[in-house]
Amino acid sequence: MTSLSFDNVRVSYNGRTAVAGFSDAVKPGEWLCIIGPNGAGKSSLLRSIAGVTPHAGRILVDGSPLSARSSRRRAQLIAYVPQSPVLPSGMTGAEYVLLGRNPFVTHFGRESAHDFSMVSDVIDRLNLATLAARDVDTLSGGERQRLVIARAIAQEAPILLLDEPTSALDIGHQQQALELVDKLRREHGLTVVSAMHDLTLAGIYSDRLVLLHAGHAVAQGTAEEVLRPETLGEFYGVSVRVHREADGTIIVVPHREPLA
Amino acid sequence: MNSVMTPSDTVSQNSIYGASRWWIPTATAVLLCAVLGGVMIGPAGPDWWRVPLELLNRLPFITIDSGLTPTEWSIVWNIRAPRVVLAALVGSTLSLAGASYQGVFRNPLVDPYLLGVAAGAGLGATVVITVNRAGSSTWIIDPLPLAAFLGGLIAVLVTYVVGSRVRGESNSTSLVLAGVAVTSLTTALQTFLLQRNSDVVRQVYSWILGRLSSATWGDVRLVLPYVILSTVALLFHRRLLDVLRVGDEEATALGVDVSRVRLVVVIAATLGTAAVVAVSGLIGFVGIIVPHAVRLVVGASYRIVLPMCILVGAAFLILADIPGRVLDNPAETPIGVVTAFLGAPFFLLILRTRQVSR
Repeated sequence: MTSLSFDNVRVSYNGRTAVAGFSDAVKPGEWLCIIGPNGAGKSSLLRSIAGVTPHAGRILVDGSPLSARSSRRRAQLIAYVPQSPVLPSGMTGAEYVLLGRNPFVTHFGRESAHDFSMVSDVIDRLNLATLAARDVDTLSGGERQRLVIARAIAQEAPILLLDEPTSALDIGHQQQALELVDKLRREHGLTVVSAMHDLTLAGIYSDRLVLLHAGHAVAQGTAEEVLRPETLGEFYGVSVRVHREADGTIIVVPHREPLA
Repeated sequence: MNSVMTPSDTVSQNSIYGASRWWIPTATAVLLCAVLGGVMIGPAGPDWWRVPLELLNRLPFITIDSGLTPTEWSIVWNIRAPRVVLAALVGSTLSLAGASYQGVFRNPLVDPYLLGVAAGAGLGATVVITVNRAGSSTWIIDPLPLAAFLGGLIAVLVTYVVGSRVRGESNSTSLVLAGVAVTSLTTALQTFLLQRNSDVVRQVYSWILGRLSSATWGDVRLVLPYVILSTVALLFHRRLLDVLRVGDEEATALGVDVSRVRLVVVIAATLGTAAVVAVSGLIGFVGIIVPHAVRLVVGASYRIVLPMCILVGAAFLILADIPGRVLDNPAETPIGVVTAFLGAPFFLLILRTRQVSR
């Protein structure tokens, strides 16, 4: 299992600060969920870990800085599921999952028999056999999301980054996708960092939450510690009610003043 | 990881890319037929059926009396054969470069002339034709291909240096925009030169429309090293071009050094394109129509698209060169006109039939 830590990480675009000095330590096998209003810097933080956006400060994997590694080596450690993944038209489901093996193929090389059997195995385990030969263009939102997760799993990286993994899905598929991630996390000892808008789901699935606001981490801890009406009210500017179920589940519901 | 194949295996190399097994042999057969047709047909020379017999006769251990005179054989070997070979090299290079450009810029409307290679070559050719209108007797080598080659490379170099330094835009968008700007600038310079020297307009225009008619074995030797280098380099990148289909960001997250791959592919494609443009002029349409026709038939994976482009592009240009020499003999129809005239309906036909069958 692999740890991930942040030492004063800063991300800015053309002088505009998106993440301002983020420091944290994600334990091996932990699921950290980044929450926060739109534009708080959640995606920028994930993108900087994935190496898609340049950052200042240090991001360390098992204690050694990411910036010292080649992009290929980094991709062997970190799998990234973006907010709106591109599924190229004309590509089959199996070809798409095979892309996840790219970090293990040399620049001019070809996929080995192991890569193909790995893809085969992932497709079987995730019950995607019916999608393997289909053009990704013809798939539904839920099927596409499962395929993108399959690609990330085929990457065999110990760290999994998920940017809004459920935003395009209905409630059933949301649960399916997150259950799948959690199951894979337990089976493979994955360290998961996700950005999520649905606070209830974020609380249910993650071990720990970090609330970002304007690039700063303003609260962190368990769901019970972070998901408080006054905290959410201050940083989201909303009125919410927070229920605590008997099993400890925290439920966040928008609150509306009755009309007079 | 358990690597033993189970009966439930849904994916193997064959099931992903196996459907394409017959396309390469088929395309190779078509290319061989095109080559044979290319050396058999022409306005002057021997009866067409004697040519294959003579070709067999030239093979070791085979003796057939084809009845060809040495003069007729000279027409076949020194006039038709280099023309066919050059058409094959030009067609395959333009198609391959077009497909690679489309892959690396993820834009289906891109052709190999995108970053200014054609405009630069055109300017180089115009300068030489203008300066040198008295004739090339004072030159040791023919300066026209050399100037076109250098003009094309310089234009792309300027595009790349300007386009890849732009901040805040995605690398590929700024490159395409820089290419548009460089192309307009070079074309403007060329037009200005032509206005000042209207006596060479006809000569420049005939170069722009493309020519294979004066092909010699010397031309073939001139372009061959560049074509081989460019083809090998591009074929080596066909797997990475497939990864790039998910976009720059996701390809980066998958471990691809996107800028480097783009640079290498652009250099390789430009080198090949500049070399063939230098000897054949600007033959339009091939670099955009052949890759699309190939994709419509064999699918979008670059692993199969690139090799198919080499075979189909070569066959297409050899075939497109045949009507040009037979129609309105003895004058020749420029090859660029024929490619558009044949290519457009053919492409529309494929587009139409594929849409119906889907």
